[in-house]
Amino acid sequence: MELVAGYPESLTEKEFHYCSGCTHGLIHRLVAEVMDELEIREKTIGVAPVGCSVLAYEYFNCDMQEAAHGSAPAVATGIKRAHPDKVVFTYQGDGDLASIGTAEIVHAANRGELITTIFVNNAIYGMTGGQMAPTTLLEQKTTTSPEGRSNILSGYPIKMSEMLSVLDGAVYIARVSVHNPANIRKAKNTIKKAFEYQLAGKGFTMVEVLSTCPINWGMTAVDALKWVGEEMTSIYPLGIFKEVE
Amino acid sequence: MEKTLMKGNEAIAEAAVRAGCRYFFGYPITPQNALPEYMSHRLPEVGGVFLQAESEVAAINMVYGAAGAGARVLTSSSSPGISLKMEGISYIAGAELPCVIVNIMRAGPGLGGIQPSQSDYFQATKGGGHGDYHMTVLAPSSVQEAVDLTMEAFEIADYYRNPVMILGDGIIGQMMEPVVFDKKINPDRLKKKEWATDGAKNRKPNIINSLLLDTEKLEEHNLKLKAKYDEMKERDVRVELYKMEDAEFAIVAYGSTARISTNAVDMAREKGIKVGLIRPITLFPFPEKVIQSTLVNIKAYLTVEMSLGQMIEDVKLSVGGKRPVHFYGRTGGMIPTAEAILEKIEKITENDHLERGEK
Repeated sequence: MELVAGYPESLTEKEFHYCSGCTHGLIHRLVAEVMDELEIREKTIGVAPVGCSVLAYEYFNCDMQEAAHGSAPAVATGIKRAHPDKVVFTYQGDGDLASIGTAEIVHAANRGELITTIFVNNAIYGMTGGQMAPTTLLEQKTTTSPEGRSNILSGYPIKMSEMLSVLDGAVYIARVSVHNPANIRKAKNTIKKAFEYQLAGKGFTMVEVLSTCPINWGMTAVDALKWVGEEMTSIYPLGIFKEVE
Repeated sequence: MEKTLMKGNEAIAEAAVRAGCRYFFGYPITPQNALPEYMSHRLPEVGGVFLQAESEVAAINMVYGAAGAGARVLTSSSSPGISLKMEGISYIAGAELPCVIVNIMRAGPGLGGIQPSQSDYFQATKGGGHGDYHMTVLAPSSVQEAVDLTMEAFEIADYYRNPVMILGDGIIGQMMEPVVFDKKINPDRLKKKEWATDGAKNRKPNIINSLLLDTEKLEEHNLKLKAKYDEMKERDVRVELYKMEDAEFAIVAYGSTARISTNAVDMAREKGIKVGLIRPITLFPFPEKVIQSTLVNIKAYLTVEMSLGQMIEDVKLSVGGKRPVHFYGRTGGMIPTAEAILEKIEKITENDHLERGEK
C-alpha cells in the first residue's frame, strides 16, 4: 500500500511545547518535510535560536546546535566552514534575528554563507511574555508598548527580507505566510527552493515566515490567522524579494 | 632543530597550525593583529579557513559552531574584544566545547590603551562570563613558551572538552625571539569526536547545547563541570621556581612581569639578598599547593603585576594569612622595571630584619 500521509522522519516524536494556535509546529513540519524530500536529514545540521523555538533541537531529528541569542547565523557559519559538504540551517524568531542578531544575519547574508535561514516573524516576543519586537506593527499593543507601538518612541516594523535582498551574497530571499492551506503549500515550496539553492552552492538563502502568537496577541487561534492574512501581510508583503538562479 | 626569529603573535599562530588547528575566526584589535594577519595567509596553505568576522561576538559564536562540529579552532583578541567574547565563552564552557582563545592583554578599563597590561587576570581566571565555569589559563613568559603552550592548549581543550585561554600581554605578542617548532600534529589523525554535529548518519542526532531547564539536571551538569575543574587542579598545575632553593623571600609574578622579576632576583642576589621567583604558568588552576610548600622558608612574598593587584588575591589565599604578601604593580600600560622591583624587595627585607631586630 502506498503511504499518502505520515510523520516526517526529520521530526522526532517529542511533543511540541508550543501554545495552541501557534504556527511554529507547522513551520517545523514544513522544514522537516523538505528535509525528507531532499533526503538530506543525515547530512543536515540545524541551529536553534533563543526564543520560543529555543527547544527546536528536541524536535528536529538531525544534528542540532543551540546558539546564543542572535548568534545562530554565526554558529551556522562556523559549522558550514568546517563542513562545507553538509547542509546547515538556522531557525530564528524576530527578536533573535531582527533585533539582537541583526549584525550576524546581515553579515552572514553578505558573505553569501551557504546556509538557509528560516525566519519566523510573529511580531512579538512570545517566550518572554509578549514584549514589543522590532517587527511589532505600529499601534500594536504589547507588554512593553501598552498604548500601542509608537514610531516616535520605537521606530517602525523592520523589514528584514527587503533589507537583506539588496545584499550581493543573498541569492534567495522570500516572505511567505502560513495563515491558510494555499499559503502553507506555497511556504513549503519556498523553503524547499531555499534548501535547493544551498545544495547548489549558490549563496545565502532566507525564508521569512509570517506566524501567529494568539496568546500574546490576545486573540483566538482563528482570529490570529485572520490577523496575519489581513494586517501583517499589508505591512509585510508576501513574495520573492531576490532570486539569483 | 632550526631556530626562527618570530613575533609572539605570529609564533602563536604558527603553533596553532602545527597543533592541527585549521579554523580561525576573529576581529582586528591592537596589539594582536599580527596573529590573524598571519592566519589569513597561513591557513589557506593547509586547507583551512581564516574568516574575519563582523565582530568579536560573531567570531566567538563561529568558534562555538566550528568546535561543536568537531573542528580544532582558534580565536584571538585583546582585552576589550575579550570582554565581548565572554558571553560566548560561557556558552562554550556550558556546552563543553574545546577551543583555544588568545588574549594579548592591553590596559583598561574601557577602551583603555594599547600598551601591555595584565589587568584581565580576574576575568580570565574567575570565569569572566556568567555562570559557574572556569577555563584553563596558560601564561607564557617567552615566545618559545607561547609556542609550546599553544600546541598543548589544543590537547588540554580536547581532553576536558573545555575552552583554554592563552593569556599573554602586548610584550609577549609583539616581541621577537628565536623559536623552535619541534612538534607537529596531523589533524587527520586526531581522535574522532563522537559527540560532534557533523551529520547524523547511522547514529542518533548529536546536540550541542547549554540549556537545561530542569533544575536538578542543571545542578548535575554544574557538578560535572566542577569535577573537571577539580581534575585540572589535581593534574594540570604548572609553575616554575627560580632560585627558590635557599630563598627567604619570594616574588610571585607571571608572563612578561616574571621575566623582568628574574632580573630583579639576580640583582638582589648580587647584593646578598636571598630572594627567589615563583612563576605560575597555569593561572587557572593556580599553583596554590606549591606556594603553600614554600611557607617553611619564605618570610614574605612580593606579588608583581601589570595591574593594581589581581593575582595577589590568589597568592594571599594560598598563603592563608601566615606570611605578609606585598604588592608592586604598574598599570595603564606602564611596565615595571627590575630596579623598581629590587627597591621594593630591599624595603621588604630591611623591614623584616628590623622587625626581627636582626640589624
